[in-house]
Amino acid sequence: MAEKKLRQKMNERAASERKKDFKEVPLGYTPEQAIAEAKRCIQCKKPLCVKGCPVEINIPAFIKVIAEGSFDKAAKKIKETNALPAICGRVCPQEEQCERECILAVKGEPIAIGNLERFVADYERETSNPKLQTSKQPKTSKSKKIAVIGSGPAGLTCAGNLARLGHQVTIFESLHVTGGVLTYGIPEFRLPKAIVNLEVEYIKSLGVEVKTDMLIGNVFTIEELLKDYQGVFIGSGAGLPKFMKIPGENLDGVYSANEYLFRINMMKAWQFPESLTPIKIGKRVAVVGGGNVAMDAARVSLRLGAEEVFLIYRRTKDEMPARKEEVHHAEDEGVVFKSLALPLEYQEDGNGWVKLARCQQMKLGEPDASGRQRPVPIEREIFDIPVDTVVCAIGNSPNPLVPQRTPNLKTEKWGGVIITEDGATSIAGVYAGGDIVRGAATVISAMGDGKRAAKAIHKLLA
Amino acid sequence: MPKILKKEKLAENISRIIVDAPHIARVAKPGNFIVIIPTANAERIPLTIADADVEKGTISIIFQVVGGTTRLLDSLKVGDEIPHLLGPLGTPSHIEKFGTVVVIGGGVGIAEIYPVVKALKAVGNKVITIIGARCENLLIYKKELGEQSTKLRVTTDDGSCGRQGFVSDELKDIIAAEKVDLVIAVGPVPMMRVCCEVTRPHKIKTVVSLNPIMLDATGMCGVCRVTVGGQTKFACVEGPEFDGHEVDFADLVARLKPYKDMEKKALDHVCKLVEKLRG
Ligand SMILES: Cc1cc2nc3c(=O)[nH]c(=O)nc-3n(C[C@H](O)[C@H](O)[C@H](O)COP(=O)(O)OP(=O)(O)OC[C@H]3O[C@@H](n4cnc5c(N)ncnc54)[C@H](O)[C@@H]3O)c2cc1C
Ligand SMILES: Cc1cc2nc3c(=O)[nH]c(=O)nc-3n(C[C@H](O)[C@H](O)[C@H](O)COP(=O)(O)OP(=O)(O)OC[C@H]3O[C@@H](n4cnc5c(N)ncnc54)[C@H](O)[C@@H]3O)c2cc1C
Ligand code: SF4
Ligand code: SF4
Ligand code: FES
Repeated sequence: MAEKKLRQKMNERAASERKKDFKEVPLGYTPEQAIAEAKRCIQCKKPLCVKGCPVEINIPAFIKVIAEGSFDKAAKKIKETNALPAICGRVCPQEEQCERECILAVKGEPIAIGNLERFVADYERETSNPKLQTSKQPKTSKSKKIAVIGSGPAGLTCAGNLARLGHQVTIFESLHVTGGVLTYGIPEFRLPKAIVNLEVEYIKSLGVEVKTDMLIGNVFTIEELLKDYQGVFIGSGAGLPKFMKIPGENLDGVYSANEYLFRINMMKAWQFPESLTPIKIGKRVAVVGGGNVAMDAARVSLRLGAEEVFLIYRRTKDEMPARKEEVHHAEDEGVVFKSLALPLEYQEDGNGWVKLARCQQMKLGEPDASGRQRPVPIEREIFDIPVDTVVCAIGNSPNPLVPQRTPNLKTEKWGGVIITEDGATSIAGVYAGGDIVRGAATVISAMGDGKRAAKAIHKLLA
Repeated sequence: MPKILKKEKLAENISRIIVDAPHIARVAKPGNFIVIIPTANAERIPLTIADADVEKGTISIIFQVVGGTTRLLDSLKVGDEIPHLLGPLGTPSHIEKFGTVVVIGGGVGIAEIYPVVKALKAVGNKVITIIGARCENLLIYKKELGEQSTKLRVTTDDGSCGRQGFVSDELKDIIAAEKVDLVIAVGPVPMMRVCCEVTRPHKIKTVVSLNPIMLDATGMCGVCRVTVGGQTKFACVEGPEFDGHEVDFADLVARLKPYKDMEKKALDHVCKLVEKLRG
């Protein structure tokens, strides 16, 4: 058995430096670090880590070859099951997935599986011939035409898998840029857009056709698509922003996180006026919520010149659904956590602009059905935070447009499309996966869904 | 990429372009709009589909140059390709036989009512159209709307064409003279607001087309939220048409103004850019 060694820490740029720009925060492992970390893995016969990965990457196998210094082989091994390792290594909530199950977590620190995955993917990208190797499958009589709605991780994965099986795939994306949340939601300093673009180019190199500016439901209905395509996959995501329905939410200076991040990531509002889309980030910004979206909004605000950023969350830091790493990053960079607080209303400055957030002080009470302690108000403890910008990041619901325009598509009350185990919807030949099915979830679960649906579609059409 | 097939100047700062976009023309309905990004780095801006020709696969768009992005759009020429054009968007106008309908267009709103007038007339309504502008030079589509409407009324602020006054003056007279079943008003916010006040005491349903700031225009950002009947609605998906008697216009006006100062900067920047391009 390998002797007990500490988990390799990834180097990061100092908070004081990084909070001024949009360059990536973690710097990645060096080859020496990667090998040292890989050597900590005890190569379990029954690896529990694999069970924790929604796409069941053969984790011990790829780690073994890293330990031997064969990074290219490791990349190949991962890509057998996961087409987007450079993305997953960066954004997966590993502490709730593969790394939580790792046997070493019982007594010490789990293997840094995500960091290793990221290292391998980056190594491959940086050392390989930049010209993409196309591995287009020849079209055969068995090739079918398949339409994929949405170019987020679910759609991209489904399309890539079907193309590799020899099918003719067209992705319809309503926005002007591909990538879904990977592009418009997650900021550059967490997921460089060059990486997302490369993955999209790779999928295109497999023969997938991508049509942007195509809002399915309006341009074509699903019924119409089924006349030209033998199969349809819906990966339209959860992009409908929730609001709290409290007074003052429509004041100027109050943004949904989607609007805020869309202006910045997608429309490059920080380059105004070279880029013509404006944004106004005040001196004191309040971000409401405790998930990845809230962390991103808060950290973006600091980078764009806010002097103080408050994160208002109704439970405590321990209950925040965001990745632990992002919570730490936000804290290091100086985001002020106002835990156990719930906004009651926003007040204006007399000119229609928000000037303060009135909040209710909360405490943790009895556990609710999910086992988490329920936040309950402490009577009469109400406080004000003076702010000039508010970003509401309390979650997103499934995009309602496709279900609304597709009468036979069965959905849950909360809007999620209902699917069977292999991803089939209530309409023959139509599959769905990712956030449109789960509500706001994760990149890797969306990819898992896309992959599973591709398999099922292939089988159905064979 | 969608190509500009034709371009005309209709009035000072108002242009019409005809764009090759068969997939949009095929399904466009009166009241639908598009989002356009005329050049890289421009904003995504919403513009109404002023007409669609299914056979030719074209749509026409009429726009007024008011800021940076419309200025850039106006710098495009016949043959140029538009990088991004998304549509049709929004909920189409409700078209049925109502009886007598007064359709009002103010400013560039005149272009926006054209497909609505045409459709209402086609299903057998008596359509009285009122159009208004500051002066005759800014009146567009007079001939086209005259051909489509049962009656056409014209007002100008300075009296250079038609009646001197506002579209609402004309609306008052029509309501006094005959039974009106529906009013549709499209134009600047103050105009729509006044029209709603004219019809409110008479309990005549009045539909307005709201123009809040939009971004994605597919229901994903919420910047277009408006208050209608005390409820928040996303105008890009649930609108842009709403019952004017329920609309909170003060809220709309406030939500249109946050970037006023930046819009000027954007326009200056674009003007310099366009001049440079001209050399
Ligand atoms: C700010 C932010 C940060 C996040 N951080 C993380 C993280 O760190 N780790 C993690 O695992 N997850 C994170 N998530 C969640 C993760 O991004 C999503 O779970 C994932 O992207 C879902 O993938 P998807 O393919 O189902 O949908 P999306 O990525 O939402 O893609 C859907 C695509 O479909 C398009 N579309 C929608 N409707 C139509 C239509 N009618 N016609 C055509 N196209 C349409 C949309 O424009 C979009 O491009 C984050 C989310 C956000 C918003
Ligand atoms: C559903 C919809 C349909 C529209 N149809 C048309 C149309 O057919 N023809 C047309 O000329 N315009 C139309 N508009 C208005 C058009 O979108 C704006 O004029 C455009 O966005 C201005 O962009 P800009 O960058 O050139 O100017 P900006 O710099 O954004 O704005 C310059 C000035 O225009 C005002 N403005 C900004 N946005 C709007 C808006 N949405 N509505 C009204 N004024 C605005 C600003 O307050 C400012 O004073 C429509 C708007 C909506 C929401
Ligand atoms: S894809 Fe995500 S869950 Fe799976 S091994 Fe990689 S980091 Fe872990
Ligand atoms: S559970 Fe941990 S130690 Fe075991 S194989 Fe997986 S990563 Fe290695
Ligand atoms: S413009 Fe974004 S939701 Fe309407």
